Amino acid sequence: MPKLIIDGKEHDMPDGITLIQACELAGIEIPRFCYHERLSIAGNCRMCLVEVAGMPKPVASCAMGVNDLLPARDGTPPTIVTDSETVKKAREGVLEFLLINHPLDCPICDQGGECDLQDQTMAYGFDAGRFQDNKRAVEEKYLGPLIDTFMTRCIHCTRCIRFMTEVAGVEELGAIGRGEDMEITTYLEHGMFSNLSGNVVDLCPVGALTSKPYAFVARPWELTKTPSIDVMDALGSAIRVDARGKEVLRILPRINDAVNEEWISDKTRHVWDGLRTQRLDRPYVRRNGKLVPASWDEAFAAVATRLAGLDGARFAAIAGALAAAEEMFALKLLAEQLGSANIDCRQDGAKLDPALGRATYLFNSTIEGIDQADAFLLVGTNPRHEAPVLNARILKRTRHAQGKLPVGLIGAEADLTYAYDYLGAGTETLAKIADGSHPFIEQLGGSERPMLILGQAALARPDGAGVLALAAKAAMQIGALNASLGWNGFNVLHTAAARVAGLDLGFVPGQGGRDVETILDGASAGEIEIVYLLGADEIGMDRLGDAFVIYQGSHGDEGAHRADVILPGGAYTEKSGTYLNTEGRAQLTARAVFPPGEAREDWKIVRALSGVLGKPLPFDSLQALRAEMYARHPQFALIDQIEPADSAAIEHLAKTPAKVGKERFGHAIKDFYLSNPIARASSIMANLSAMHAGLDRKATGTDG
Amino acid sequence: MSVRRLAAEQPEGFAFTPENLEWAKAQIKKYPEGREASAVLALLWRAQEQMDGWLPEPALRYVADMLGLAYIRVYEIATFYTMFNLAPIGRYYVQVCGTTPCWLRGAEAIKNTCRKVIGEKDRVTPDGLFSWTEVECLGACVNAPVAQINKYYYEDLTPESLERILGNVKAGRPITPGPQNGRQASAPEGGPITLLDAALYGKEEREEELVGANMALTDNQAKRPGKAANVREAAVPKPPLSKGRKPR
Repeated sequence: MPKLIIDGKEHDMPDGITLIQACELAGIEIPRFCYHERLSIAGNCRMCLVEVAGMPKPVASCAMGVNDLLPARDGTPPTIVTDSETVKKAREGVLEFLLINHPLDCPICDQGGECDLQDQTMAYGFDAGRFQDNKRAVEEKYLGPLIDTFMTRCIHCTRCIRFMTEVAGVEELGAIGRGEDMEITTYLEHGMFSNLSGNVVDLCPVGALTSKPYAFVARPWELTKTPSIDVMDALGSAIRVDARGKEVLRILPRINDAVNEEWISDKTRHVWDGLRTQRLDRPYVRRNGKLVPASWDEAFAAVATRLAGLDGARFAAIAGALAAAEEMFALKLLAEQLGSANIDCRQDGAKLDPALGRATYLFNSTIEGIDQADAFLLVGTNPRHEAPVLNARILKRTRHAQGKLPVGLIGAEADLTYAYDYLGAGTETLAKIADGSHPFIEQLGGSERPMLILGQAALARPDGAGVLALAAKAAMQIGALNASLGWNGFNVLHTAAARVAGLDLGFVPGQGGRDVETILDGASAGEIEIVYLLGADEIGMDRLGDAFVIYQGSHGDEGAHRADVILPGGAYTEKSGTYLNTEGRAQLTARAVFPPGEAREDWKIVRALSGVLGKPLPFDSLQALRAEMYARHPQFALIDQIEPADSAAIEHLAKTPAKVGKERFGHAIKDFYLSNPIARASSIMANLSAMHAGLDRKATGTDG
Repeated sequence: MSVRRLAAEQPEGFAFTPENLEWAKAQIKKYPEGREASAVLALLWRAQEQMDGWLPEPALRYVADMLGLAYIRVYEIATFYTMFNLAPIGRYYVQVCGTTPCWLRGAEAIKNTCRKVIGEKDRVTPDGLFSWTEVECLGACVNAPVAQINKYYYEDLTPESLERILGNVKAGRPITPGPQNGRQASAPEGGPITLLDAALYGKEEREEELVGANMALTDNQAKRPGKAANVREAAVPKPPLSKGRKPR
């Protein structure tokens, strides 16, 4: 524990940190451009200069470790001064050099108002420039449809390069040329092929990299900022929804070290234009084969007429990937009241079953646990597409271990940005791991905290239950359950934000009930007459037969096209909803804007419908609904916390016989950018999807 | 220095000749496992030699693939080091030193001569014979102003002497590297001015040769690179001129 005197006060500092971190711990803010706590240290902006007693010149505090300083001869600890005249002058000098080539275009710069350079110029800037020559001008670069470049503004901090290389794991950005002529670019200026690239816009301390879809849309001080939770994947990344009036204008990450650190995927960040297009803003009823606008009363009446006197067994409900816990809870109660056990939240047909125990469908190690894991076995998953930020965390772990961690993959081969051993394509390899005969077991050797990550591609198949049991056996075999360390390395990676909440709520077939597959079979055969789709779009609509389809959701996607009655609901930015992420962490979204037109919050629609049907649900407010839900499922009340699941369930599951087929594991997500109704409504996502498909690599973005 | 870009016209592909490939593999082997990327400068240089002095874009990818590097990393290196030419050069590539000592001794006039005789900087003459550029210090300040033509240094230049050299090249006549004003290597102009006393050097042998301008100054070879300058791994020590010539 080195001692430091910072600005006259003595502090004990932890080992291995740098001076800039020590100053932060002591509550002193050091200006910086290139330094970022989650990236490697570059030390090239020189803005963080401090004075260290005994050193002839000011030192860059980001690149000097606290352990590298020696106490003075008389034994006083190393002395650091951050507020002296020398330090101020040094920083002013650095800033003046940075401003030599930085254009004075703040009034037309999108970064204006949230610019590090602007802010620090207020503190250390000189009132006039002394530089007489022309400023440098730099050609703009093409970095894909998401990132707009104004390279003349670049101050060469290299944060973006380090992010792409270290966090996103894609060596695409680089600095060409040297000195004043250094330029940030990609090889031959193709777009950036990473689904985390949008984060460089946040990292850029100036306005050199700005968001192309958000270009010249708003100033930061005009926006209402609402902290919320992302639902594009099952990670539940912390986001901030910036809205002006009725429109969401951008989505930014919030820091949550337990989940997303401070990164979000491009889909999370740029899906906002999908929130305004293809919206269901009023109820519709199908008359003579055509959907016609209707009032709420007419829509409810149409449902009530159809439901009157219907046998509950002929009613079915399917919840989609974006549904919040509240509406699933309400719909489940409604189905119970109608006497139907045909409810299912696993629209992809994943064979996860709450009856097996909560541990069998959670990401038990937690996302933070990845940082401690010492081996990975990925089964039927491509985390880069299913949860990009989680994949970045695995990459971080493997980078810290300098590529010495054993990483194995069973399933479809893919570029995961880190090296892995490809073990096999399907169940046979997994069975070999489970019975201990696979050579990968030897590689795991002394691993204390191995992680098995099971993807939906392995579960959403007819023999999914067998694969789940087999995976549990494999987890036991590789020692993923280490009771002495309290380590549970059996992890299910979900792709749907709603899934864990649905399973926790028991939104699965009850006694004698049908699951998605049999609901669809029943609908084709005419045994199911009414299907209630709660935002469920990724099922085979053509298999619904002649069933009367009620679609409740926010976007006019597959489900709405097939529907007989459309009940317009709110998207995740328009309601306060509870989502449980893949770890089982309960988090709340917040309403940033109101649902468009006559659309309403989803739980209210279900509640109102229950009233029309004469079977009112026992709550009239969100508070009452939540009180009811918390009473039945207390884990939902633990906001931002994880209720650990009992690992005995996995041990038990491992003992059950596993009957599996021989088919190889496929992909859980076919197109990362078009995986849900909101994303499919977004033109930005469509552009990205086309770019990644290699169709239009020079697309100009949203204007094309 | 200015912004450097890849040439607009690029060949379709690039591959090392079999000899160069073998040489490249030997270079890569010099580095420990996992650090093979360190060979990138050597390989790029050899690629440039093979392409008669410039690096085409396919060569960047070829070297990157060979070393398992991302293309952008090799692109960074090739644009960082100005000795990598990103566009074709003339058969005679004149690199004029423009750094302070040469500039003080008239590098500006040398550059003007290049402009007059060859044309614009970094442009190849239509016959493909010449191109010229300005470089930073060539390290021969004692013989300023200096220009390097292909691998040889031409020193103590004047506009006239450079024009004569370039004219000889055009006419196909041989040109002589080294000082162009009759000076010996970097010795004082007009011959030695100290240690002139022949007695200093012993009188037993070759006395008549060891006086004046000829004395101990026959090391012109020092200014000439060997045949394969790019593969020389250590300076070869030169033997003393003669055994009996130890200063007392």
